[in-house]
Amino acid sequence: MELLDRVSAKLNERFPGEIESAALLYDYPVFTVNKDSIHDVLKFLKEDEELNFHFLTTLCGVQTADEKQLGVVYHLHNMPKNYRIRLKTFFDINKPEIPTVTDLYPTANWMERETYDFFGVRFKGHPNLKRILNVDEMDIFPMRKEYPLEDQTRTDKKDDMFGR
Amino acid sequence: MKMSKKETVYSVNQEVIEEKEYSTLNLGPTHPATHGIFQNVLKMDGEIIHEATPTIGYIHRAFEKLAERRPYAQITPITDRMNYCSSPINNMGWYMTVEKLIGAEIPKRAQYHRVIIMELARIADHIICNSVIGVDTGAMTGFLYIFQWREKIYEIFEEICGARLTTNIGRIGGFDKEWNKKTWDLIDAFLKGFPAGLKEFSNLLERNKIFMDRTVNCGPITAEKALGYGFTGPNLRAAGIDYDVRVMNPYSSYEDFTFTIPVGTQGDTYDRFMVRQHEMWQSLSIIEQAIKKMPEGPMHANLPDFYLPPKEEVYNNMEALIYHFKIVMGETDVPVGEVYHCVEGGNGELGFYLISDGGRTPYRLHFRRPCFIYYQAYSEMVKGIMLSDAILTMSSMNVIAGELDS
Repeated sequence: MELLDRVSAKLNERFPGEIESAALLYDYPVFTVNKDSIHDVLKFLKEDEELNFHFLTTLCGVQTADEKQLGVVYHLHNMPKNYRIRLKTFFDINKPEIPTVTDLYPTANWMERETYDFFGVRFKGHPNLKRILNVDEMDIFPMRKEYPLEDQTRTDKKDDMFGR
Repeated sequence: MKMSKKETVYSVNQEVIEEKEYSTLNLGPTHPATHGIFQNVLKMDGEIIHEATPTIGYIHRAFEKLAERRPYAQITPITDRMNYCSSPINNMGWYMTVEKLIGAEIPKRAQYHRVIIMELARIADHIICNSVIGVDTGAMTGFLYIFQWREKIYEIFEEICGARLTTNIGRIGGFDKEWNKKTWDLIDAFLKGFPAGLKEFSNLLERNKIFMDRTVNCGPITAEKALGYGFTGPNLRAAGIDYDVRVMNPYSSYEDFTFTIPVGTQGDTYDRFMVRQHEMWQSLSIIEQAIKKMPEGPMHANLPDFYLPPKEEVYNNMEALIYHFKIVMGETDVPVGEVYHCVEGGNGELGFYLISDGGRTPYRLHFRRPCFIYYQAYSEMVKGIMLSDAILTMSSMNVIAGELDS
């Protein structure tokens, strides 16, 4: 809780109005940031002397339940002080463009490629944004909810009973 | 000597001549020396690697998509197939993630049993990595001797859960039953015999002149670069950063045990080998402490919604039958929320980012796979070194194809 207050105070002071929400979810302080300032916020968090989130634990894509927005989730870590926070940013699914963070964290390279591969998020400024796990010829972004895992036209399976 | 104009022209031509022609070499996808399905297109200058372009995804199985359709208990077999050298750690990591989401308290006894299982798995993982480093340097003997101990660990797993490699060990909430006497006998035999085996293995390699000449300063990485590339686990510790999830964010009662975190200095193949070597000794000591301090109590938490009731109750008791049915059909209610939980896997911080919308399956599940994250440094690490050293670098990084491709 203390970390949440400190980080949100710093962010609100530096980026007024850009932090859409701040909450403690289980053991993680979680911040939702406007997509236009996500790169600046990450840069600030990395370069701030006290917070110094120097380690990008993981980066992944999500889709909101209404299927209209995509999001990118960053998990940041300050190892010496053991601070961990989560940052989220959401944007329109028809215009999935956000700036890359490969200039701040080299490890974001493949993570962003994976996010592009599965969700179709275009990271502006990424040095080599192409598919990584799927075949290059694939023309869909398979982790989006519009592509269900099983063929929906199948008639040999009745799943009404158990809400699948 | 006065330099004439002609000579200047000549030196320009010299540069043109020095432009080399590189040969392209396809290392993989299936090559016995890569120990898994990796492809690297190498641009070679003779025996020196000029550029490496990795291609991954050959065994991609869409685990994150699959997980969105499976009830929580059915996701455990998916986690088995990520780092299949130490699948119990993946299983336990997943259980702990779900337990964090539903807010379950796990009894100490089950936690200690988990620690034993996870440390045995870590030893098995490190045995594979270190003995294979030996094989890649040409020292087959160590591999042949130490591998029987991995076999003994698999026998313990087999006694507990029936499977050896893809274990699916335990349950959400603890274990399905007390371990039987044979399991404890096998563990005792392992604890008695393994130190001698590991000592023999270290005698063969650790201070071996040929092995050291081959591995010292082979494929090094600095601590700054390693952090930038998201290294965790033994590979990061070999570079000199003492980061270990077991100490930083203790889970499953790791705070009850005394152990040291071995740290290297150079981040080269030898340091990675030595860090793993020392970690095996530490794991042994943790197992011994866990057995010594083993508390009394139940083997599982009181979680009727997730924990299958005993069979005789299912047949004779209505509540048990209902719970059994609900669990098997995946109809249990879970809270809405999102959690991130990480454990110290064989190769580093293995994280699970789980978003639940309260439905029978996760809304989104993301695996932080350490191999996937640090393998991207490989092409930089092998730049300018010999092909044979590149093979060694890869095996000492312990890149597991299943975890890489998810």
